[in-house]
Amino acid sequence: MATDRRGAGKEGRSLPRVALVGQPNAGKSTLFNAIVGYRAVASNFPGTTVEALRGRANIGGRRGEVVDLPGTYSLLGGDLAERVTREFLLSGDVDAVIQVADASLLGRSLALTLELAELGIPMVLCLNMMDEAEHKGISIDVDALADLLGIPVVAAVASRGQGLSELLASLPAAKPARRPPYAADVERALARIAATLKGDPGAPIHRAAQLLGGEGGQAALDPQTARAVEEARAELSQGRGEDPGVILADERHAQAMRLFEAVARVGQPQVGWRERLDDVLMHPVAGYPFLVLILLGLFALVFWAGGAVEGILSPWLDGLSGRIAAALGTGPLAALLGGAWDGLGAGIAIVLPYLVPFLLLLAFLEDVGYMPRVGFLLDGLMHKVGLHGKSVIPFLLGYGCTVPAVLATRILDDERDRLVTAALAVMIPCAGRTIVIMGLVGRYVGPGVALLLYVGNVAVVALAGWVLTRLLPGEGPGLILEIPPYRRPRAKNLLGKTWLRLKGFVMLAWPLLAVSSGLLALAEALGWARGLNASVRFLTWPLGLPSEAGVPLVLGILRKELSLVMLDRALVGGVAALTHAQMIVFTVFVLFYVPCLATVGALGKELGWRRTGLVVLGTTAVGLLLGAFVRLLV
Amino acid sequence: MSFAFSVPLASLPPGGAGRLVAIHGGRGSALRLRRLGLRPGALVRMVAAGGWGGPVLLEVDGCRVALGRGLARHILVEPRGPSPRDGH
Repeated sequence: MATDRRGAGKEGRSLPRVALVGQPNAGKSTLFNAIVGYRAVASNFPGTTVEALRGRANIGGRRGEVVDLPGTYSLLGGDLAERVTREFLLSGDVDAVIQVADASLLGRSLALTLELAELGIPMVLCLNMMDEAEHKGISIDVDALADLLGIPVVAAVASRGQGLSELLASLPAAKPARRPPYAADVERALARIAATLKGDPGAPIHRAAQLLGGEGGQAALDPQTARAVEEARAELSQGRGEDPGVILADERHAQAMRLFEAVARVGQPQVGWRERLDDVLMHPVAGYPFLVLILLGLFALVFWAGGAVEGILSPWLDGLSGRIAAALGTGPLAALLGGAWDGLGAGIAIVLPYLVPFLLLLAFLEDVGYMPRVGFLLDGLMHKVGLHGKSVIPFLLGYGCTVPAVLATRILDDERDRLVTAALAVMIPCAGRTIVIMGLVGRYVGPGVALLLYVGNVAVVALAGWVLTRLLPGEGPGLILEIPPYRRPRAKNLLGKTWLRLKGFVMLAWPLLAVSSGLLALAEALGWARGLNASVRFLTWPLGLPSEAGVPLVLGILRKELSLVMLDRALVGGVAALTHAQMIVFTVFVLFYVPCLATVGALGKELGWRRTGLVVLGTTAVGLLLGAFVRLLV
Repeated sequence: MSFAFSVPLASLPPGGAGRLVAIHGGRGSALRLRRLGLRPGALVRMVAAGGWGGPVLLEVDGCRVALGRGLARHILVEPRGPSPRDGH
C-alpha cells in the first residue's frame, strides 16, 4: 500500500525535492518548463502529463529537484494518471509541494488545498493565471488567503514568467496548511477512525478521510480500525442519507467556498472573442463544417509548406550526394559510408519538410485548446462505435506520435475504453506515417489521394472500433470532460514543444537512418540483399510490391518513416520507380502494420504483453488485408 | 426547493439555467461529477447541445464542462432564470 512507504524515501537523497500538484489544466507543465527549462509538453487540455517528470532548479539558493505530477482534481478516486500523483505524494519522498491553482477557478482549487492540508505536507500555494482571473472579474486578496491557510501564497502568470522568482523564494517558508474543521458529524467520524491509526505511518487525518471515503484498502486493516471505519461510515451515511465519500467531497467544497468568499470578490466578467468563439466552433450544426475546414486547412498547409521546402532541399542534397559518392570511390567501405550519408540526407530531405510544419500546427491546435472541443463535437459519433468523446484526445495526439497517445488513454475512466482506445490509437497515422503519406503519395500521386488515405484511415479505425466494442461489450460511464477556455498560444511554448517532439526524430531517427542505410548498402554491395528480401517475400508478394521493398518494410518497425527512406535507397531510381498503385499499397500497409517499437513498448506497459501481442498481430492482418484489397482496387 | 419543477438537465434549452437538485446514479459518477462542480445546489447554465444525440456543454462554477447526454439525463435541475419553465 502506498501509505506504508511514507517517510521511507528521504534518506539517501541529497537534493531537496519539490512536487508540482494541481488540478488538470492549471498550468503545472508551463510552470515546470519556466522553472527547469523546456522539458515537458504543456497543452491546453487535461491529461497532457500522465507521468511524473523531473528537472533541476535553484530553490531558495539551493539546488533542488522539481517534479511535475499529472493533474488531479482530488486525492480521492480518479483515473490512472491521477493515481500517479496520489501515490507519489503518499510515498513521502517529497520535501515540499507547490500547489499550482488556476486563480480563475479558485473555489474549486481550494478544495484540493484542503486535501493537501489533511496530508500535512509542507506546501506553498501558487495562484497561477491571475490574468485569467482578472478577465473573469475575480479579485483575490492574496495576503488574506495566506493568513487563513497559514502558508505562503504567491500570485503568478507562469506563461509570462511572472511571479516565478517570488514562488521559488517562498519555498523555504513552506508549511503544512491549516485545516478548517468540517461539520461536527464528519469530524467525529474522522476522529473515531484516526484514534485507531496509532501505528499507521501516514498522516492520520488524510488516512482517516481516505478510509471514511471508502478507499485505501479496507481489507488490509487491523480489526480495530476496520470496525471503527465500518461504524463511522454507517453512522455518517445514515445521518445524511448519502455516501460518505460524497459527503466528504461536499464538506471540502463547502469549506473551500467559505475560504473563497472570505478572500475573493467577483465583479463583472469581460466577454471577448474567446467566449464568442465557442458559439460558432461548438455550435451543434456550424461546429462541424468548421471542424472539417480546420482539419483540411491543416492538411493543406503541411502539404504546401512541406512541398516547398522539399523542392529547395532535395536538389541541393542530391548534388552533395553525387560529390560524396565520387570522392568515396568503390568498395565495401565506400558503400557503407555512401549508404550512411544517403540515409542521413534522405532523413533531412524527406523527414524535416513535412514534419516541422505538421508538429508546429498540431502544437498550435493543442495550445489554443481546440482538442477537447473536437472531443465534444465527436462524442455522439464516438458512441456509434462504442466509445465516447474523451477517447478523441488520445486519437488526436496519435497524429503527432503514437506513444503519448497510448499513454494518454490513462485519462479514460473505464478499463475497457482504455483498451479499445489504445488499440485503435495505434492505427492513427503518426507524424512518421504522415511523412510516408505526404512524401510518397502526396508528392507523386497527388494531394487528393493523400487526403483520401487520411479519410479512409478514419473509416477503418471506426470500423475496427465498432468490431472491438462488440467483442468487448460494456458501457463506459459516458463523457465528463472539462472544456478549458481558449488561450492565446505563446511562441515559446509552440517552439519548445515542437523541438521536444522533433528531438526524437533528430537524435534517434537520423542515426538509425544512417546506420540502417549504410548496412543495407553494404549488404547490396556484398550481394546479401537479395536473400534478405527473399525472406520477407511473403509480405511483398501479396501486396504486389517489388522484392526490394521487403527490408524497408521490416525496418519500418523501428520507425515508420524509415521504411520510406530505405525504400528510396533500395530501389534503382528511388521511389519514383514505383507505379502509383504500388505507392498507394505500400503506404496503406505502412499505415496499419505493426506499430513501431517505441509504441509496442508503451503498449506493453499499459495493456500487458499478451494484449500487445494481439494488437501487433491484428494490425498486421489489417495492413495485409487492406493492402491486398487496395491493390485490387487501384 | 420544490421538486415538482425539476426536469432532467438534458432538457434545458441552450441558454437556459437551473439549480441542480439531484444526481441519480452510482457513487462513482456522483464523485466524478462533483470534481467538476456538479453537485446539488450548483447553478448550471446550458451553453450548447452537441449533434447526433451528442453531449451537452454546461457552465458551472465559471468553468465549461462537456457531459454525455446519458449522464445529463440522470441529473435533475430546477429551471430558473430567463428560460421558461416547461409545465411539469
